[in-house]
Formats: sequence, structure tokens, C-alpha cells
Amino acid sequence: MLPIENYLLLSLLLFTIGVIGVLTRRNVIVMLMSIELILNAVNINLVAFSRYWGSVDGQIFAIFVITDAAAEAAVGLGIILAFFRNRETVLADEMDMLRW
Amino acid sequence: MLNAALFYFFAALAVVSAIAMVTRRNIVHAAVFLITALLATAGIFLQLQAQFLFVVQIILYVGGIMVLFIFVIMLVNLDVSLHLVQFNRQRFVAGVLAVILGVQVLGAFWVGRGSLKLGAARAMEPKNTEAVGQALFQQYMLPFEIASILLLVAMIGAVVMAKRRV
Repeated sequence: MLPIENYLLLSLLLFTIGVIGVLTRRNVIVMLMSIELILNAVNINLVAFSRYWGSVDGQIFAIFVITDAAAEAAVGLGIILAFFRNRETVLADEMDMLRW
Repeated sequence: MLNAALFYFFAALAVVSAIAMVTRRNIVHAAVFLITALLATAGIFLQLQAQFLFVVQIILYVGGIMVLFIFVIMLVNLDVSLHLVQFNRQRFVAGVLAVILGVQVLGAFWVGRGSLKLGAARAMEPKNTEAVGQALFQQYMLPFEIASILLLVAMIGAVVMAKRRV
């Protein structure tokens, strides 16, 4: 069995890549996909600790995180569709309707 | 030995496809690379003996959420946006800040590494799905119901958002 640090490092790498994606991309759809990557990195942590404690509690939390990810993706993509219908763009820096 | 080889294979696959996802110009390619990263994560779940989550990851993430993403990409994708700059103006500052965040978490690992010594992994129950079901419907009954309400709210929200005229 591998030491748990391997899983934590993998999770940290994926999390950082996801944060870079959210902060630097212009396309809102890619930003949402990066958020999915971040949630996925958290799940790796939870499942790894669950494995090391020999209990399924961490996996239950991972299931709730997946549920949240599904809800967030559905609402986020709905917002993107509504915005695209109004403004014909999916670029984050052109979304300035609330700015003055 | 095989365990370690599997872990390194899936970890490398996940990290490489995550980097490819963030840097690709074409959104459809990015979505396909995200699918690869999610499948590699599913492999890591299997390697961690979380068989139920392995199946849930494939069915729900790859089969559900990613289909939704690709559907929206097909509705929204503009050929024009392929030729635009794909990164925003704050990209250098943002990249440096994200890396600093990663280094900070790494430092937190380093400081707290003494308390991470969990020793050898304890044995999991052999029937993973049964154990998850027991925990979900006994100990975590209330969060389970709250999650179902959350899904209902999200469903209504998505329908209202995507409607042509509110």
C-alpha cells in the first residue's frame, strides 16, 4: 500500500491546475470544467483518507460532493445558455452587464 | 507492486490530461481531456478499493455531467471564438497566485507531516457497496434527504434558467 502523501500530492496538483484554469481562461465553459476538476481533486483526498481509516465515511462525503457537482453543473450551464441567448458570447471578460 | 504501478499510471494520466484541458484552444478537446482526467480518477478510486464510487464516477460524471457539458458546447460553440485569445488579461498574476496557493498547501503538508503518519492502511469491509448503503441510509440519512432537496432545487433552477421566456 502506498503512503497517503502520494494521494495528497496528486490531489494538490489537480487542485492547482483547476485553480489556474478558473483564474486564467476566458471561456466560461472551460472555467466550469475547471471547477469540476477541483471538486474531483477533493474527492481523491476524501477517498484516500477513507481507505486509510478503513471506514466508508469519506466515500459518503465524496458522494455528496459529486451530487453538488451535478447540481452546480446543471444550474451553471443553464445560466450560460441564458446568457448566450442574450449576448451571443461565452467569454467571461465580456460579461459586464452588472458593471458600471 | 502492481498497486503502485496502477497508481502512478492513473495519476500521470490524470495530471497530463488536466494540464491539456486547461491549455487547449478548442473547447471540445478540453472536454474530452476532462473526461480522460475523470476516468483516471475513477481508476484511482478503484485502486483505493472504493468500487461503488468508481461506478458512480463513471456513470454520473462521465456519463451525465460531461454529456451535459458537450451538449451545451455544441449549442454555444462559435467558430469565431477559436481564433480569439483564450486567456484573459490577468493570466500571469493569476497563474503566479495559483502556484503560490499550491506551494502554501504543500507547506501545510510539510508542517503537519508528523500527524499524517497513519501507518499501514486498515482493512476495508469486503462488500463496499453494502457498507456505503448502510452508512448512507442509517448514519447519513438527513444529509441524504437534504441532497435530494438540493437536486430538486437545482433542477427547477436549470429549467427556469434555460427557458426562453420567463
